[in-house]
Formats: sequence, C-alpha cells, structure tokens
Amino acid sequence: MRVLVIEDDRETAQFLQRSLRESGHTADVAGDGESGLAMAREGRHDVLIVDRMLPRRDGLSVVQALRSEGSRTPVLILSALGEVDDRVKGLRAGGDDYLTKPYAYTELLARIEALTRRPAPEEQVTRYSVGDLSLDRLSHKVTRAGEPILLQPREFRLLEYLMKHAGQVVTRTMLLENVWDYHFDPQTNVIDVHISRLRSKIDKGFAKPLLHTVRGAGYMIRDGAD
Amino acid sequence: MTALIRLLGSTPFRLALAYMGAFVVAAALVVGFIAWRANDLLTNKVVETLEAEVTGLREQFQAGGPQRLATIVAQRSLEPGSGLYLLVDASGRKVAGNLDRVPRELEGAQNGSVFAYADEHGRRGSRLAVGVPLPVPGGFVLVVGRDIEDLSRFARTMGQLGLWSIALLALLGIGAGLAASRSVLKRIEAITEASRAIMGGDLSKRLPLHGSGDELDRLSESLNAMLARIEELIVALREVSDNIAHDLKTPLNRLRNRAEAALRNPDGAASYRDGLVKTIEEADELIKTFNSLLLIARLEAGAVAESMGPADPASIISDVAELYEPVAEEAGLHLDASAPRGLAVVVNRELVSQAVANLVDNAIKYSVPDGGARPGDGAGRPEVTLSMARVGDSIEITVADRGPGVPPQDRERALQRFVRLEKSRSRPGSGLGLSLVAAVARLHGGSIRLEDNAPGLRAVLTLPLRGVRPATAASPLRAGANAP
Repeated sequence: MRVLVIEDDRETAQFLQRSLRESGHTADVAGDGESGLAMAREGRHDVLIVDRMLPRRDGLSVVQALRSEGSRTPVLILSALGEVDDRVKGLRAGGDDYLTKPYAYTELLARIEALTRRPAPEEQVTRYSVGDLSLDRLSHKVTRAGEPILLQPREFRLLEYLMKHAGQVVTRTMLLENVWDYHFDPQTNVIDVHISRLRSKIDKGFAKPLLHTVRGAGYMIRDGAD
Repeated sequence: MTALIRLLGSTPFRLALAYMGAFVVAAALVVGFIAWRANDLLTNKVVETLEAEVTGLREQFQAGGPQRLATIVAQRSLEPGSGLYLLVDASGRKVAGNLDRVPRELEGAQNGSVFAYADEHGRRGSRLAVGVPLPVPGGFVLVVGRDIEDLSRFARTMGQLGLWSIALLALLGIGAGLAASRSVLKRIEAITEASRAIMGGDLSKRLPLHGSGDELDRLSESLNAMLARIEELIVALREVSDNIAHDLKTPLNRLRNRAEAALRNPDGAASYRDGLVKTIEEADELIKTFNSLLLIARLEAGAVAESMGPADPASIISDVAELYEPVAEEAGLHLDASAPRGLAVVVNRELVSQAVANLVDNAIKYSVPDGGARPGDGAGRPEVTLSMARVGDSIEITVADRGPGVPPQDRERALQRFVRLEKSRSRPGSGLGLSLVAAVARLHGGSIRLEDNAPGLRAVLTLPLRGVRPATAASPLRAGANAP
C-alpha cells in the first residue's frame, strides 16, 4: 500500500519511510502541513499518517480540510499529546485512529494495516470465517469444524475483532481499545490472559491452531496454510 | 534628606495634605459664615433698639415740644450705658446730650450710620458707634446712637482667634499627617523589603505583621498565606522531581547497562539481538511510568474535567471485573464483584475505570504469595472482592483482598507518588498505581482510603453522587468508542 507520512521531524519521517518500505509498502514524506495537504489532495495514497504538531498548518486542520473536501482516505494521527481529551479531539477532527508518541513501529504498522483493510461503513459483513472457524455476527454463533463453541459476550467480541482483521497483526492496545473501549495501559497484561482463554476454546483439540501470537507485536488469527 | 523627600512624596502624606487643605477651607468657610451672621445679628439688634428709641423720643417731642425733649435727652445722657445722645438747635448749638457735636459721618445724612467719637478722655474718633440723625421740627437735630466699640472689638478678637486656631489646626494636621505617613511608610517599606528577600529566593521569609489586625495586617496575612501555599507547592514539586529523578534514572541506568553489556558480549549478533529486545522492553516500561506521571500531573491540574459525563458505576465495576476475572483465576484467586444498578455519577468513565482497575490489579498482585500462584483448593480459595454501596450522597467502591495488608502507619504514605512499601519492592509496578487512584478521586471531588480487611487490605474509593448532568451532555469519551 501507499502511505503518506506528514511529519516534520526528519529522522522520524525517514525511519518511518524506511521501515514501511521494509514492510513492503511505499511511503512518501511531507515535512509540513501545507505540502502534506497538497500531496494528500492528489488522492494517490491508501493511508495518511499525520503528526499533530506541524509547521505551517497543524495536523488536525489538515485532516479537517481533507474531510470537508470529501476525502475518505484513512488517517492515523500521531501525537505527543495522549490524554483522553486530545484523543477525542483528534477523532472528532476526522482521524480514524490515534497513536501517542512514543510508539512501537509494530503498533503503528498493525494500526495502519487495520485501517486500510477496514470495510466501508455501508458494507455489512454478517459472517467471518478463517479456515474451519466461522463466526455469525447476527446469531452470535461460533463454530469450528461444524462444532458449536460457546463463548462469553466479551470473548465473542474479541474473536469478532480478530476475525475482522484476519491475517493482520492486532496489538494488545488495539484489542483493549476496540473490544473493551479502554485507552489506558493495565499494569498486568490482562489481554494475554483473555487471549489464552479464547485460544483454549477455539484451538484446543484441533491439530491446526488458528490464533497465533506474533512475538513483540500482538496476535493474529489466520489459517495456518499461509 | 532623601528620607524626608520620600516621606513628603509618599501617598499617605499627600493624602493627609489634601485632607488638611480641604479641612482648612471648610473650617474657614464655617468660621467666616458664623462671624458674618453674628455681626449682622448684632448690628440689626442695635439698629432696632435705636429705631425704637427714636420713635419714643419723637412721641415725647410731639407731646411736650423741644423743651421736654431736651430734658429727656439730658436725663438719658446721664444714665450709665452705651446710649449716646445729642440735641442741637437750628444754629448748631448743643442743647443737651453726651456728645459734643454732630459726628461728621451723620451730618446731612438721612439714614443711620457707623461713626467714630471721642471717648471720655477726649481722644477723638477712638470709639465706634452707630447713630441715627433725626430732624426735629423747629430746626433742631437729634442724634441718637449706641456705642459698639466693645462689640466690634469682641468681633475682631473672635476673628483673630478663629484665624489662629485654623492656622494651628493646619499645623497640627500636617504634623499628624507626617507622623501617620511615616509609620505607614515604615510598615510598607518593611513589607517591600520582605518581599524583595522572598523574590531573592528566601521562600521561608514572611511579611511582617503589626499585630493590630488592620487592613495592612490583613493584606500581609493573606499574602503570607499565599506564600505558604507557594512554598508548599514548590516543596512538593521538588519532592516530585527528586522522585522522578530517582524512578526514571534507575530504569534509564538499567537500560544503558543492558545495552552496554550486550555490546560487550563476545557472542556477537545473537546477544546483540537479545540485548536490543530487552532494551526495548525496558524503554516500554519507562514510557509507561512516564505516561502515568504525566497523567497524574494533568489530573492534579484538573485538566480533563471537560470530558466528564454521566455513567452507571455498576457498569464500570462489572466491566473492570470482567477484564480482570481471568487474571484473578489464573492467579488462583476468586474475583467477586457486586454492585447495585440504577445509580448515576458524573465521571470520566475512562479514568474511574483505570482507578478501579489499578485497585483490582494491586489486590490480585498482593494476594499472591511471593512463591507465585497458590494451587486452587476449592473452598479455601482466597478472595478479591469488588463491591459498591451508596453512602449518603456518595458511592463507595471497595476493593478488598486477603493479602498481607498495609500497616496503619504506612497507609497514608502508600497513597503518595512513587512510594512502594519495602515489602512490595520485589513485585512489578511503578509505585504510581495508588497515587493515580488518589488523583482520580480528587479530580472527581472524592477520596481514597485504605483500611484493614483483617486480614488483608481494603481500599475504599469514594465518589460524590451530586450534579448528574442531563443526558445531552453525554461523555465525549463515547465519541471515540469504535468497537462495532
């Protein structure tokens, strides 16, 4: 995918550009708000990474301008401001996700990949399936190899989120934000415990595990074949 | 000399001077008015008496002719008092009376007038009098007068007295003004000096108090209270920065050591990799600590008050319990949560959730003996209970465990930033968990207290129920919720 990084810190921008290329993506860099807006208007990018504090035009106003022009390119806002109110402001301005500095590159990559594969809002998928595991969003039924699996409501939402992003890395914070709607770091790694519970329900007794741990990044659900 | 100039130019002295001036002008006006009125009154009185006498004498003349008039005039002239009489005939010769001749001021005059006359010692024009000339048929002229010398002398004396007393008053006023401004100036200068010393860095210094409790004292008192608060804050700030220095520098140093050790390791690439992974883990821990610190600082500044919204505390509690239930189970504990529904609080859901999560996290952490998870043995499984109750106008969220607890003398300290009681040093954590809870409680107008759970620790988070906003003011936090 083609990424536009609007970031004024040269080193950060170069690091992102290099890392994104290594991950198999193309990345363009704009060093200030005005040139970033101009490049984003060309509409050649699949996702924008916008720093909040930029020279010439701040990041939020770049996003607002794009949204008022009807652009629907997904935007990840990067900011040193990470409090509750700042995040709400960022999302209100039209950002699709908000990441606080300092961040891990794996976190950023997982998030932009999740953003670009997000189905359009009108597109209603009622059923997810990975390998022989399937989840019905309407009847809230989960089956593996035809056998019904009983899940708690939160486990269902956890699996639903993982399956919606099947084949992509999903980080612990993404799960905490999207499944539990919490934006803080729990002191203990609570997510790991929930994942291992879910894993024991969907993978236990099956030769091919579907729920994988990605070291140093998070989790991924995928058919073991690929 | 300069001191005198400063004194003369001081605000209190200038005020006293202006006051003085206004007072003197007012006093002069009053005295002048009184003098004028008194003079008028006395003169009128004299003129009235004269007119009455003239009328009487005229009647005597009409009844008894010039002869009788002359007799009466002669008679009255002899009476002691201030009456002055003179009757002259057509040729100007004195017929009777105690004046020698018609005063010049009354010659040919129609009306009464003031005149001067010779006293009993013959000094001409030495005494003042008021007189009325009265033409009598037959060419006679009658002059009736009253001596007013004593009166006018009295008036002059009074006037001079008035002027002198005003002058004296002015002098006294200026003196008093000087004295008052000197004392006020001295006190203000003492205050200025003290504040200079404080600005110079001596924060323990206070403004001097006079002890009279007047407005200057009250001003100094409130400034002193302000200074005490500032000093308190600065001391707290210094303490915090010392703690930050300690708690950030220690892991930073560890991070550095780890990187250095990896670099020195002769095993090469594999050890580099291992070192880097550990370095990143260490950095992540640092970032977490840093974020908690920032959050606490922002909460203490009251910076997130705008994101408050109505919430059901029971759902906050059940959500946190649901998040931690598997963690508790894995630790061999039973997490029991109960909360009555239907109560509403105005809170930042995120922050209160985080506070409750921290309490539960601690309870689980300290319930596990140092040896690790204890085997589940059914009924004897240690419990962590999360409960909520309404107490008056507040709700109390209680998290209780069966761990080692906190001794009473350490409970207050445990709520402070970075304080990790000795026993807990071996366990993971930044020491910021409870202070974050305390900051969240304060932000919401509530409090946190630690109690004995006999055995174990019971943490009670109190939040006020008041001020539930209408539903339209829904938490903006919800705007960021993107769970499908």
